[in-house]
Amino acid sequence: MDAPAILVEGLKKWYGEVKAVDGVDLQVQPQIVFGLLGPNGAGKTTIVRILTTLLHPDAGRAMVAGYDVVREAEPLRHVIGLAGQSAAVDENLTGLENLEMVGRLYHLPAAEARSRAENVLERFELTDAAHRTAKTYSGGMRRRLDLGASLVGRPRILFLDEPTTGLDPRSRLEMWDIIRELVHDGTTLMLTTQYLEEADRLCDQIAVIDNGHVIAEGTADELKLRIGGEVLAIRVTDRSMVGAAAGAVFGLGPGGGNVDNTTCEITVPVGSDGPGILTEAVRRLDAEKIRLADIGLRRPSLDDVFLVLTGHTADRSVDDGEGDQTSGKRRRGRKDR
Amino acid sequence: MSATTTTTTATPAMTSGERLRLTVSDWRTLTKRNLLTYIRKPDLLVFSTIQPVMFVLLFVYVWGGAMQRSLPSTISYVDFLMPGIFVQTAIFGALQTGVGLADDLQKGLIDRFRSLPMARSAVLAGRTASDTFVIVFQVILMTVVAYLVGYRLHDGLARALLGFVGAVSVGYAFTWLAAFAGLSLKTVEAVQAATFTLVFPFVFASSAFVPDTQFPGWLRAWSHVNPVSIWSETIRVLTLGDRFTHAPAALVGHVPSLEVLLLESSAWFFGFLLVFVPLGVRVYRKT
Repeated sequence: MDAPAILVEGLKKWYGEVKAVDGVDLQVQPQIVFGLLGPNGAGKTTIVRILTTLLHPDAGRAMVAGYDVVREAEPLRHVIGLAGQSAAVDENLTGLENLEMVGRLYHLPAAEARSRAENVLERFELTDAAHRTAKTYSGGMRRRLDLGASLVGRPRILFLDEPTTGLDPRSRLEMWDIIRELVHDGTTLMLTTQYLEEADRLCDQIAVIDNGHVIAEGTADELKLRIGGEVLAIRVTDRSMVGAAAGAVFGLGPGGGNVDNTTCEITVPVGSDGPGILTEAVRRLDAEKIRLADIGLRRPSLDDVFLVLTGHTADRSVDDGEGDQTSGKRRRGRKDR
Repeated sequence: MSATTTTTTATPAMTSGERLRLTVSDWRTLTKRNLLTYIRKPDLLVFSTIQPVMFVLLFVYVWGGAMQRSLPSTISYVDFLMPGIFVQTAIFGALQTGVGLADDLQKGLIDRFRSLPMARSAVLAGRTASDTFVIVFQVILMTVVAYLVGYRLHDGLARALLGFVGAVSVGYAFTWLAAFAGLSLKTVEAVQAATFTLVFPFVFASSAFVPDTQFPGWLRAWSHVNPVSIWSETIRVLTLGDRFTHAPAALVGHVPSLEVLLLESSAWFFGFLLVFVPLGVRVYRKT
């Protein structure tokens, strides 16, 4: 077996009372896309910051490309690339100048820095904008430039922290294509995401993170098997009927369901027999004379994954793109496991 | 886990000469980047330069008449004032370092730099150096403006140049204070408010703009040890010569000898760097 590209053992990072990362073990094989999936505040960004030498862990150890992230941070920085949550480009420099600067900071000769910068611009279809300041770029262009900057050093291992958060659907699809290409080139990729769909489409291996712990690990298919294929979603018109409706349909899936009293929505993971269960649900609800606003099958969302794995939903109310530790703070007290 | 102990051959051992060469290269790269930013955002440069020019005009034309009466007849107020203005310009210009670093921090650029195999010192060294270049530019411009409103040098060009170098060095010292504040406070707004408040008692409770002989006792005590006073007086001695050193103490206070002033100025300069360089580098590493 190849040496793992990333090996994490018993990793901990605490901010006072808040345990942002609380004993994480991970093993990432070379040349795959590894996804850290979880809601805001789960500890994903903290893990990435430790693995890219930006943050020292409080306990445990982490090896990236064979280097210890604390003791061998300096040589490690030669072989990693990082594209963070905010598109970290200098908006007063042109696209070309941004990339050239990064190349020079990797200590490439000026000519080499320039030719690599031009290659990256061409690859990400930014050649036409090469001589415009990044200030004039669209959100998607900035992200591509930022990703490009993380590639100038030709990293063996690339870290992408929420590469598509805040992008419009078209830019997101473009970003997915780019990420897939990178793996073909032999790079090992670790990305974080809040979107199950994204992890599903891109990642060979996924670790689900919640409250600083890895709560599940496997391929997308393995995880989906645990979640159970599709989800039956029902919304009733009359709030007082939510309980009755839930009673009628909860037994249909392999394991319970979830009721959201504010939206009057009931969700039930239904495994692979979606259409059969949908028909049965309509029959039962009709028999109970429960009026529906909406009923249908959908792909499991991150909420559904979390519901099955943890018994609580992924909290979206803290979706503010702030650091993990602050939202982690706000998530406490809401724990109901 | 034996699998993880792969060889670490990616970076061959560097000689200290090679390391120094790369460090200097990183400083240059970052300095160049910051200066490009100033060129791309000329409004910043224009307004940060217009402000001290307005100070000169305000002091010379609005308060100058009244001020002149408390000065010996051999010293014109503009000649007395300009050394203080140079120091003030350098200090206010230096505060831009904190704003620039907080901005880089907010935009995630500092994270990028810290994940690159570049010298740990380069971000701070590059920023303080580029802002010092801007200060040089501003001091030259101030001299030209001042010349137009009657400012003259009275003790030779060589000494005056030493005085200008002194003013710029004050700015350089304050860029490190601003760097520390910028990385500690993390947001542009907080840095602006905090650094301005911090330097206010230095700049204004001093003999930079008026002789401190009329200050109440406690304020005069502060003004005497205030580095801004010391730096202003040093430049005064270097640009006014005998006119200042031989002026009646009742009007301009007791003027120490140039040697003493240079010693005190340097002590403050190196003291600032000794405190704020390590502090700045420390926050940068931990940010």
